[in-house]
Amino acid sequence: MADMLQQGIAELAKSLARKDFSSAEVTRAYLDRIHAHNGDLNAYVTVTGDLALAQAQAADRARAAGTACTWAGIPFAHKDIFCTTGVRTACGSRMLDNFIAPYDATVVAKMNAAGMVMLGKTNMDEFAMGSSNETSWYGPVKNPWNRQLVPGGSSGGSAAAVAAHLCPAATATDTGGSIRQPASFCGLTGIKPTYGRVSRWGMIAFASSLDQAGVLTRSAEDAAILMQMMSGFDPKDSTSVDLPVPDYLASLEQPLKGLRIGLPKQHFAQGLNPQVEKLIRNALAEFEKLGATLKEVSLDNSHLSVSAYYVIAPAEASANLSRYDGVRYGYRCDKPADLEDLYKRSRAEGFGAEVKRRIMVGTYALSAGFYDAYYIKAQKIRRLIKDDFDRAFNDVDVIMGPTSPHTAFALGSKNKDQDPVAMYLEDIYTIAVNLAGLPGLSIPAGLVNGLPVGLQIVGRDWSEGQLLNIAHKFQQATDWHTRTPGVGPGVSGEK
Amino acid sequence: MAWETVIGLEVHVQLSTKSKLFSGSSTQFGAEPNTQASIYDLALPGTLPVLNGEALRMAVKFGLAIGAEIGKKSVFDRKNYFYPDLPKGYQTSQLNHPTVGKGSLTVTLDDGTTKTIGITRAHMEEDAGKSLHEQFPHDTGIDLNRAGTPLLEIVSEPEIRSAKEAVAYLKKLHSLILYLGISDGDMSQGSMRCDANVSVRKVGETRFGTRAEIKNINSFRFVEKAILVEAQRQIDLIEDGGKVVQETRLYDADKNETRSMRSKEVANDYRYFPEPDLLPVVIDDAFIEAVRATLPELPDVKAARFQQQYGLSEYDANVLAAHRDTADFYETVANDCSDAKLAANWVMVDLQAVLNKSELDIAQSPVSAAALAGLIKRIKDSTISSKIAKTVFEAMVNSEGSADQIIDSKGLKQVSDSGAIEKMIDAIIAANPKQVEQYRSGQEKVFTFFVGQVMKESKGKANPAQVNEILQRKLKV
Repeated sequence: MADMLQQGIAELAKSLARKDFSSAEVTRAYLDRIHAHNGDLNAYVTVTGDLALAQAQAADRARAAGTACTWAGIPFAHKDIFCTTGVRTACGSRMLDNFIAPYDATVVAKMNAAGMVMLGKTNMDEFAMGSSNETSWYGPVKNPWNRQLVPGGSSGGSAAAVAAHLCPAATATDTGGSIRQPASFCGLTGIKPTYGRVSRWGMIAFASSLDQAGVLTRSAEDAAILMQMMSGFDPKDSTSVDLPVPDYLASLEQPLKGLRIGLPKQHFAQGLNPQVEKLIRNALAEFEKLGATLKEVSLDNSHLSVSAYYVIAPAEASANLSRYDGVRYGYRCDKPADLEDLYKRSRAEGFGAEVKRRIMVGTYALSAGFYDAYYIKAQKIRRLIKDDFDRAFNDVDVIMGPTSPHTAFALGSKNKDQDPVAMYLEDIYTIAVNLAGLPGLSIPAGLVNGLPVGLQIVGRDWSEGQLLNIAHKFQQATDWHTRTPGVGPGVSGEK
Repeated sequence: MAWETVIGLEVHVQLSTKSKLFSGSSTQFGAEPNTQASIYDLALPGTLPVLNGEALRMAVKFGLAIGAEIGKKSVFDRKNYFYPDLPKGYQTSQLNHPTVGKGSLTVTLDDGTTKTIGITRAHMEEDAGKSLHEQFPHDTGIDLNRAGTPLLEIVSEPEIRSAKEAVAYLKKLHSLILYLGISDGDMSQGSMRCDANVSVRKVGETRFGTRAEIKNINSFRFVEKAILVEAQRQIDLIEDGGKVVQETRLYDADKNETRSMRSKEVANDYRYFPEPDLLPVVIDDAFIEAVRATLPELPDVKAARFQQQYGLSEYDANVLAAHRDTADFYETVANDCSDAKLAANWVMVDLQAVLNKSELDIAQSPVSAAALAGLIKRIKDSTISSKIAKTVFEAMVNSEGSADQIIDSKGLKQVSDSGAIEKMIDAIIAANPKQVEQYRSGQEKVFTFFVGQVMKESKGKANPAQVNEILQRKLKV
């Protein structure tokens, strides 16, 4: 029975089809594991055991009746940023600690329609603002590879849950690296699709022009399955794009011969841990063996990406978070004296320090007299960054480099209150991808001192299929993605 | 010292779409509080706006009607401020790239002259909800039914120079939006609201004075009074050595005065930035032409046609063309009865009096266009006199039947039999020798006495032209 917890989405579908075990059995096994280890890891903020079992039993009945979808009955977890009817969606914040949405996010609805079984909702940085999962109202998540370390953020709960085999896969979101950096720190496959590929309806907004939903899995194949399920135009999201979704599974096996890989020189410069660099170079050599060619490219404005991001994202966030005012739902301060007191104390008490910092930064950046100097300038830089990528893609098919300059860092080591910029620089290689709206993916490329290192692959708009194909071929040739931290009995680990 | 008033108007017109600007909720007025607020209107987390295409078409329609530049790429922006009836904490509006750019409106003033007033822009935005203070002694209620209702804010250039011009502009705008069918224009329900920017300056001065903005004036009459009283306040202030402060003021109709409001919010910084949840709205020529094809004949064009086609005076043509329903009614009457001028008189004078008295719109007229034409036909073919026609019309208003039915049943048919009239006149001449004597001795005024006698005798049915002619002939002898 332990074997079933080793299986990814693709394998689980086969096992369930063969009736090796039922959905209820695998669901129960996961719930037991969550029960045993979540107290320690803090990966889940809500475990929906009864609901999961009911969904699993429904999937089993459908399977017995021959009416089940291919992926029916497969357990997974949702990042607690996706609204789920009847189940609390707190978004890592005290502000929404009591919030139960009366609607499903489109991503949630699509996964429900496929018959997937939701085990629970995963921890995250408050309103997805953070790179270590330390800003959550529900406390930090521990990295399953080493409990003294952060799992990355903001999708730290999803990453820790998948890495620790508390679920086979989880949804996540990425505004500046929130899928790829945790994937890198936890040894997972994580994909952020092109902006507009997945509906944002029901996904709580941090920075609307940058937020995209994706997944954290243990293989590119699993990511392909879930991306197929989640992607597509949604009339409820005007920024989702009405383009057909290609068959991601069908293109997984394309040979990589002739693939032109660009290496941005700025991503292999000062600040990159030499051991990390070595593993990335090894991975690139592996691609050469698969028939790819390497070429240095330059993303001239990449040094401006973090600065531009920390104007645009907080600016949008400052407006997106205005709705949390204590009036209609969410946290409300005790005994407000008047309207102004209601606003001030509800927001002062309901939001954490990092969220408040970004609201203030964003409000400042949009203020009269500063707007041109900050917001408009940042938008111009955003354009330049997009142009850099476009230019690079004239010569190469994809861009590769490290996802993060280093492996997971220690909890509390980047004292965010005194030096937020140190934390902001965590996303130095990932942020430009969001600014440009491009798809990006991180896959495990080896271990440094027993800790995972992620390789980032960035493609042209709508090239998710190609990125998954490249990742899959690499995973066929290597076994880094199969290394797991081995949390507790029942799951073999890297030791 | 002579002063000049400078006025610019910002008019909010509620577009009469079925659903809201960015959500599927109904825009129906008068529903139970918060029954027409969707999860987007309530600003629940993760909800997103989707632009109502009908609202966009209506805005473009308005733009075409005022000859404006249409924004091929319009952009929605967030206007940020906190207020309980603004659930998202920002209002989605258009700042730098409105759907409707520069256009103009030509108005006819009381002295019959026309003036073209520039329209700076018209942008789309969502309405806020309502805060309810009266029903709750210690709390404020919030009704979000109106939140998200589409508005078109029409901003004029500061080219209006008097309260009367302002009213003429508003009435023209009102007429236009009704013509276009883009709003019910009902000021009492807030479907059309007006903010007036008022400043004064000495005649001959080219720079503008400091303006005050009078918010939310909800009737034509109040607009006129508010501007007059505000301009006078500013003049008095300046003449007393004071200075006008740029501020928002409120018009109190009961006291007929304006007073300062929201002084705390004067320094509001709305921190506008492009709404990232909506892409820029890009429209092409085909879209614009498709909207143009739906434009009705507009009031100015119609009035010109009425003058030309029906030979009406400019004044009559303008009055009849000002409202679409009136114009349509008039045209039906005119075409049915084949006497455009009589038709104009009856619609503008007699019918209008009845409508005014009973406070009805022409669409609810108790006498249909066809029925009125039926009456006018009987005047034209001399079945009845114009005087009798008034009696018949009154009966028609009281739903006593068609003109013909009433003429028949009341025996109101005009007597045009000259033999019968002659007989009647002979008898009257014979019975009134004194008056005949007076007339023949040069007192021509006595003529009306004879006419009166004939009409009395005939119960008003004698053909007046014949009566005149026969009387004159017989009295001369």
